[in-house]
Amino acid sequence: MSRFLRRHGWVVGLSALFVVLFVATRIIQPGYGAGDFGSLVRAVLPYAFAVAAQTVVVIAGGIDLSVAAMMAFTSVTAASMMAGASEEYAIFVVPLVLALGFVLGAVNGILIVVTRVPDIVVTLATLFILQGAALLVLDAPGGGVAEWLKGLIIGTVPIPGLPDAVTAWFPKALLLLVVLLCAVWIPLKRSRLGLSIYAIGSSELAAFRSGVPVARTKILAYAIAGLFAAMGGLSLTMSTGIGAPIPGPYLLASVAAVVLGGVALGGGRGGLLGPIIAVFVLRLVRTDLTLLAIDPNVTAIVEGSIMVAVVMFGAYVTIRSRAS
Amino acid sequence: MSISASAPASVPAGRRIRRFMSDYPLVPLVVLLLLLVLVLHILQPGIVNQRWIANTVKFAIPLALLAGCQTMTMLTGGIDLSVGTVATMAAFIVATQGVDNPPAVAMALALIPALLIGFANGIGVGVFRVHPLIMTLGTSLIGVGCLQVYQRTVIASGAKVPEFLTWLGTGLTWGFPNALLLFIPVAALLIFIQRRTGFGRLLYAVGDNERATRLAGVKYWQVILALYIFSSVLAGIMGLLYIGLIKAPSLSLAEPLVLPSVAAAVIGGTSIFGGRGGYTGTILGALILAVLTTLLTILQMPEGARRILFGAIVLLVTAAYLRIIEDR
Amino acid sequence: MTTAPLLEATGVAKNYGAVAALKNASLTLLPGEVHALMGANGAGKSTLVKILTGAIRNDGGRITVRGRPYVARTPADARRSGLVSVYQEPSLIPDLDVISNLRLTQTPVEPFREWVRELGVPDLDLRDLARDVPLAIQRVLDLARALAIAPDVMLLDEMTAALPANLAERVIDVVKRQSQTGRSVIFISHRFVEIAALCDRATVLRDGETVGVVDIAPGVEERIVELMLGAKIEKARRTRRDAGETAARAQGDTRIAVRNLRVGTKLQDVSFDLRNGEVAGVVALEGQGQDELFAALAGSTRPAAGTIEVDGRAARFAHPVDAVREGIAYVPGDRSEALAMKQSVRENIALPFSAAFASWGPINRRREGAKVQAAIERLQIDTRAQREVQRLSGGNQQKVTIARWIAADARTILCFDPTRGIDVRTKREIYKLLRELADQGKSILFYTSELEEIQLVCDRAIVIFGGKVVDILPVEIADEPALTRAAYGLPRETGAEPGIPTGGAQQGEAAP
Repeated sequence: MSRFLRRHGWVVGLSALFVVLFVATRIIQPGYGAGDFGSLVRAVLPYAFAVAAQTVVVIAGGIDLSVAAMMAFTSVTAASMMAGASEEYAIFVVPLVLALGFVLGAVNGILIVVTRVPDIVVTLATLFILQGAALLVLDAPGGGVAEWLKGLIIGTVPIPGLPDAVTAWFPKALLLLVVLLCAVWIPLKRSRLGLSIYAIGSSELAAFRSGVPVARTKILAYAIAGLFAAMGGLSLTMSTGIGAPIPGPYLLASVAAVVLGGVALGGGRGGLLGPIIAVFVLRLVRTDLTLLAIDPNVTAIVEGSIMVAVVMFGAYVTIRSRAS
Repeated sequence: MSISASAPASVPAGRRIRRFMSDYPLVPLVVLLLLLVLVLHILQPGIVNQRWIANTVKFAIPLALLAGCQTMTMLTGGIDLSVGTVATMAAFIVATQGVDNPPAVAMALALIPALLIGFANGIGVGVFRVHPLIMTLGTSLIGVGCLQVYQRTVIASGAKVPEFLTWLGTGLTWGFPNALLLFIPVAALLIFIQRRTGFGRLLYAVGDNERATRLAGVKYWQVILALYIFSSVLAGIMGLLYIGLIKAPSLSLAEPLVLPSVAAAVIGGTSIFGGRGGYTGTILGALILAVLTTLLTILQMPEGARRILFGAIVLLVTAAYLRIIEDR
Repeated sequence: MTTAPLLEATGVAKNYGAVAALKNASLTLLPGEVHALMGANGAGKSTLVKILTGAIRNDGGRITVRGRPYVARTPADARRSGLVSVYQEPSLIPDLDVISNLRLTQTPVEPFREWVRELGVPDLDLRDLARDVPLAIQRVLDLARALAIAPDVMLLDEMTAALPANLAERVIDVVKRQSQTGRSVIFISHRFVEIAALCDRATVLRDGETVGVVDIAPGVEERIVELMLGAKIEKARRTRRDAGETAARAQGDTRIAVRNLRVGTKLQDVSFDLRNGEVAGVVALEGQGQDELFAALAGSTRPAAGTIEVDGRAARFAHPVDAVREGIAYVPGDRSEALAMKQSVRENIALPFSAAFASWGPINRRREGAKVQAAIERLQIDTRAQREVQRLSGGNQQKVTIARWIAADARTILCFDPTRGIDVRTKREIYKLLRELADQGKSILFYTSELEEIQLVCDRAIVIFGGKVVDILPVEIADEPALTRAAYGLPRETGAEPGIPTGGAQQGEAAP
């Protein structure tokens, strides 16, 4: 028990924080109900995938600045392919876009391994390139999306035997998020690749000595991040119905949520659950500020300040742990 | 390796070229600039005239100023992505405060957020050791939020760009852009700081080998704090000039110049890893980008392709830099 | 030999640029033997180990395992060929629990558990994170992990260092029994006691070459020391200096007094004085805590216990600048640690001038130039390639690191192995300079891995072994054989008292 708390204490605390915030929300706005929760989850979706992408790379000891641009690029690609196309066509588009994300992520990793240019510079450059590519695909927000894809995140999950009042709290978007994250993360966590990703982030030398293929693992970590980013891009298209070529604020949000979620920026530590709960916490803070009738622009400032504070705290913890 | 310089004849040709490139990094830049102008002349004969040159210089100057921020921060191995927001804030504030206040007061007010953001950046990077990229991106986000709030408070009062700034931004004297009156002293100051002051020397040394400077008794956070404040103020000044050139304040005025400013510094030979480079190269880099922009416009390249090109330039130049110049 | 060797390496060579780390190393390992690999610092032991375990590739020579050619590209390769290494620093992934570490290396769990019990750690929880396991236990786990896959050859690099006595005994015991099953062990250690207890034979390396293979028998220490030193014993006897001259010299006031200093895990308890006008040598095998000692004196690491007094006042260094203000300058062994490689000679020498906030303004070129020039001339730095320090030769780079502190007029210089990898002429110039500085009343602490330098430069030698001062030798008796013996924790030859000296700080002063 004590070990569970020691190792997962951060996640437990974060969950408690989420509950507290949720209760606060109900106090501020007694009418806050299942429908609002559903829209919260829908708003969280792209953030959650961006965070998942960043988490994998950060655990591997790197950082991916191109997350938001990758999402924009995959989003416009999907939107422009589906615009005016048949519903069935989307069945081909989805795997194609996911594969695109995986490959582009792998390209990030390969560039880092081959050129030996630091990850932060490589992904900064690919950030620019993907931004440009997104603008080439669609120079203004547009495109379309298949109705069935939209439907995936609207409404709630009917669970037989449970009253509507309860199932109303299980939005489809949440199901989609959980299923997709688990489908990638759980097999990964159990595989040798997953261990290797933690290993290279924790200590590249020890990993090499333990027989981990460092270069290959790094490339795959970026590729998986690309896959998550593509999911994020698709979820953007699904929730807005279009593709927007200008990247949203997902980069800084992803870094902040990773840090708040208990993943060390140096690599090797943490999991996926913490960052995902952290995203919910950050979104809920925003909701609360809005409900308190605070100017949405002030909300943006508060949100930005929280993120910067969290990142500074994370960096501070990293120096302290290195010093000891 | 023996005393390498004593036997130049034995140094292989490839290595000699590398030496030359790192000793005289400006020569290939000048050649490239002239080459681009030549291509432009061939594609559209007659375009290269005095008016075009004055105009190109006029638009290259704001870019060169922002790239000055990148040069200074990149010398220490950092980067400052908040310069776009800082410049926009300064421009927006000077235009709105100019309505009720004398120009000098408006300009002073406009530089306050620059100071604050620079201070926050310096503390984050120097004391907390957040990566400069993340830190400056974060403060830039906060800055944009503040600007939006500010915009709502002044939305009714309208905007008025001080005449002095329009004169400085757009005017020509004997065919020369007036902006040079600002740019030449600033450029001279930057170059002087880099080459002839203790602070400048520390910038190079910190970027080259932070551990060594620590052992020599340098306090990292002091250098970094001063640097990011300086960079921010320079970006603020650029914003003042830029609003004089563009005349229409908007919430994303200088944002499109951030990426080119990084590219200009990188093209100009300043290493993104720190310790090497200088402002002279950056000025040439900014000119090259300005000419390149004309070229891409003539070729009717879309904005997306331009970004791809800039991104590729940053990656290629950095990778080539690692291979060629740092090769030992 | 009756049995065919299990592993045979002949003529193994490895060059790093122009530097030969290994020239002609050979090693023959018989089945079922524990074989010691010995050599002074820089003799090439670790290079040979790295080649055998696939961390680096050799440039020349031939290695066979059971008669078949052996090439390991990665540690995983070596493991598949039955060669497993336990490194000096633990190679468990700190952020994974023990069981995941086993899965990562595909180690069977049950044998591992048994070996862990066997090695004297009964209550290990496999779900513990490696970083939460004490360092000593981590090393034992590393060993158990190696034993669990039953390799043909195990390489143990300083296995017992940093282990408490009871664990070290169990380790020795287990390794010994392991060899009785026909498996072989290559054992690297600085402790003669263990080698005598455990090993069958020893291969001695010197300057990258195998200079001898000896059977371990009582009294073999002397033979091994002789082999490690080679012809140097005779030479050393000839270069002994006049004792009277040095005795007169070391009479200045105490500049730095170090008392019961403990830093990190390696430096345990060190006390000594550094006086004005002397060059005090520090002698230690690799990893005995000398790095930590210098880091603490330079202000880059905070000591865990003990005091440092400067000119009679207690000093607490929070940042190297505090040491610099006291006039204490640190010249690290690795030049790339001290130099801004892409900057010019002048900028490197003048770096401390600009350090303080007050001196960030315009540089007085003339005054700075004069100071820098004086330092350059004093050290005779070859300035033809001065535009970038990285283009200078190693010797000239080292001179720049010292010149910086001469220009800054530091009163105490901490030199950590300043002559490593530089040419003979420059070495002599540095010796001469250090002596001159001491004669001017400055104090110098001088760690060197080349023991002959002690008698060329120093006034006395402080010998550290196992994180403690084991002896302080006056220069007249500090020749290479004496220093080597002391550095390995062996008693003085002439002292005649048996057992390892117990390291009273001042006790060495009284001898002969």
